[in-house]
Amino acid sequence: MGTDTPGIPIAGGIEAGIDRTRPHTTQGTYLELIHSWVVTVDHKKLGILYICYALVFLLVAGFEALLIRVQLFYPHNDFVGPASFNRLFTMHGTTMVFLVGMPILFGFGNYLVPLMIGARDMAFPRLNAFSFWISAFAGLLLYYSFIGGVGLAGTGSAPDVAWFAYAPLTERAFSPGHTVDYWAVAILASGIGSIGTAINFLATFFCMRCKGMTLMRIPLLPWLYATVSFLVLVTISPLTAAQAMLLIDRYLGGHFFDTQAGGSAILWAHFFWIFGHPEVYVLVLPAFAFANEIIPVFSRKAIFGYAAMVAASVGIGFISLSVWAHHMFTIGMTSFGNAFFTLSTMLVSIPTGIKTFNWLATIWGGKIRFETPMLFSIAFLFQWVIAGLTGIMLSISAWNWQLHNSYFVVAHFHYVLVGAIVFMIFAAIYYWYPKMTGRMLDERLGRWHFWLMVIGFHLTFDTMHIPGLLGMPRQIFTYEPDRSWTLLNQIVSIGGFLQAIAVLILVYNMVHSYFRGEEAGPDPWDAWTLEWSIPSPPPPYNFATDPVVASRRPLWDLKHPEDTDSAFE
Amino acid sequence: MAGLIVAESAIFTIFVTAYLYYLGRDVTGPTPREVLEIPIFGTVCLLSSSGFIVLAERAIEHGKMAAFTLWWAVTMLLGAIFLADTANEWYKLIVHDHLTISTNLFGTCFYSLVGLHASHVIVGLIMMLVVLLFALGRKVHPGHAERVKVLAMYWHFVDAVWVVVFTVVYIIGR
Repeated sequence: MGTDTPGIPIAGGIEAGIDRTRPHTTQGTYLELIHSWVVTVDHKKLGILYICYALVFLLVAGFEALLIRVQLFYPHNDFVGPASFNRLFTMHGTTMVFLVGMPILFGFGNYLVPLMIGARDMAFPRLNAFSFWISAFAGLLLYYSFIGGVGLAGTGSAPDVAWFAYAPLTERAFSPGHTVDYWAVAILASGIGSIGTAINFLATFFCMRCKGMTLMRIPLLPWLYATVSFLVLVTISPLTAAQAMLLIDRYLGGHFFDTQAGGSAILWAHFFWIFGHPEVYVLVLPAFAFANEIIPVFSRKAIFGYAAMVAASVGIGFISLSVWAHHMFTIGMTSFGNAFFTLSTMLVSIPTGIKTFNWLATIWGGKIRFETPMLFSIAFLFQWVIAGLTGIMLSISAWNWQLHNSYFVVAHFHYVLVGAIVFMIFAAIYYWYPKMTGRMLDERLGRWHFWLMVIGFHLTFDTMHIPGLLGMPRQIFTYEPDRSWTLLNQIVSIGGFLQAIAVLILVYNMVHSYFRGEEAGPDPWDAWTLEWSIPSPPPPYNFATDPVVASRRPLWDLKHPEDTDSAFE
Repeated sequence: MAGLIVAESAIFTIFVTAYLYYLGRDVTGPTPREVLEIPIFGTVCLLSSSGFIVLAERAIEHGKMAAFTLWWAVTMLLGAIFLADTANEWYKLIVHDHLTISTNLFGTCFYSLVGLHASHVIVGLIMMLVVLLFALGRKVHPGHAERVKVLAMYWHFVDAVWVVVFTVVYIIGR
């Protein structure tokens, strides 16, 4: 392949995009601008909407977490009281999973999947817009319960049944008023949005790839999003069905989860965790996807073991469907059941181990650039391993019996959700912000953000394991002073506040850099996937001419015509 | 559509699981054996409609629009007969046997599962009605064969689910 015939035709060459960074500033009045965002079916705008929506709720749910930590700062605190405390941890959990985690990951997917596979848009742009707006509606509905839901304590109360909402607590007899209804309908609505998005991703992945992009040349990010979409289809649907049953119970007098009439509370637990555990992988696989893109670029090496990575991802997708009851070891299953779910849970550590070692092998011998996205990725690798190790501990049913519903479990899953997922989301924000806005995020503020976040994270969640081992149960609103949990809880709370400061730095950085940031140009990181071949932000039509690819790293081929990947694949 | 069918299958799986799990756990009557009759006629209608929609698909592929409209209408008619049969069954259950959704566990599971399926039949009929109106207005042409096939796929799915629901509710459940 010669210098004059690049694999990807780029209009005007790779440098032409620099002056075209802000096409929308000349678009007329603010009203017209807002209107253009409301009616948009463009996957890039919807992606940004998803991300902004999720960041707003990240601040809200983070604030709820801080209130929880203030309440637990010393024994017999009466800062919020037991009823409000129940609402706070319910809303914190529900918000973080359904209104922060899923939307922000779908947002990045929306933005990146079509660009990475060289497509004009998602397969069904209008379905895409519908999915976003119904998810947004779900968020507003859930939070409207603060003023609209008549609960036990009169008007203005949020759901207080914890994010897994175990029956029969959610039945009409135990949760009068409408708070649980808001919860159920909001999750039903966001579930419909998620299913729509998942169908969209799968159709895009299979039908919209550009010329030359065979299945084994697709970047790993779209591969992982395809796996996630499959998981969403088979796991969000059971949740949707379970919510429908709950609503039948509450409104039509059904008996699905009504133990008085022979219904079963255990069945709800099964239905919830059939969704609930794969949900963890729905959230963590996109984090892996970001790592797959960022780590090679900042190590200046191609990803190690591409085929093994694809196989491991799809393997995680399948195995994760058979592990749900490890959340229910104390519910009284047979010892065969306990053994089965212990072993199937341990099985997940094989493909995840493959991935971890492949990332390490990618970094090994690379010329590492320690910029903010890479810093977050390295912290992610470390924290992910720890989270996996406590996960293996908890998968052993005998050990689990000791620690079920303790702060050890809380520390474990926050290690996954914050230490792995949130860290990779931050890495992704630093990495793709230049592509989305045309401006770089400030590197110095990025480092402040990173170090405060790492220190705060480890203060909070390393320490949190210990009160768990000492027997502190989750979801308690206060504790006795003679339990020796006080100091530990104070360290946890202080770490929480450090993380909050770190997130505020990120928010400031995003707003500041949007106006004052350095111009990014089309390819600030010297990366290799297709989205970096077009101007930042990309024009509405994405690619001026349909790209043609010949390898997994089309831009590498373009920049190094003397040493192309395509010669070796 | 394949993605939607995967998601829908998961939803039906959950309702079928609940039905099987709760079989025979009722605290009060009536039980399935006392009140349910096997709806042979409706089942034959619904399942044979799958055959007629295949005829309609073949007709539109070969450009025979009159035949397409006819087979399409027959499919819809059979679907509607099935619905009427279900409605009749529910009428009997509610008025004569006093079984409603809140009577007992069996009522809850039965009306949810069969109702979920019936709502899918209704959605299918509405979509097919739109196509039929366009076909009668001579707006459908062989170029639409692909889209018609997607709709037919949904209809086959609804029929296939009925095979499962029928087995669970009227054979295993009695």
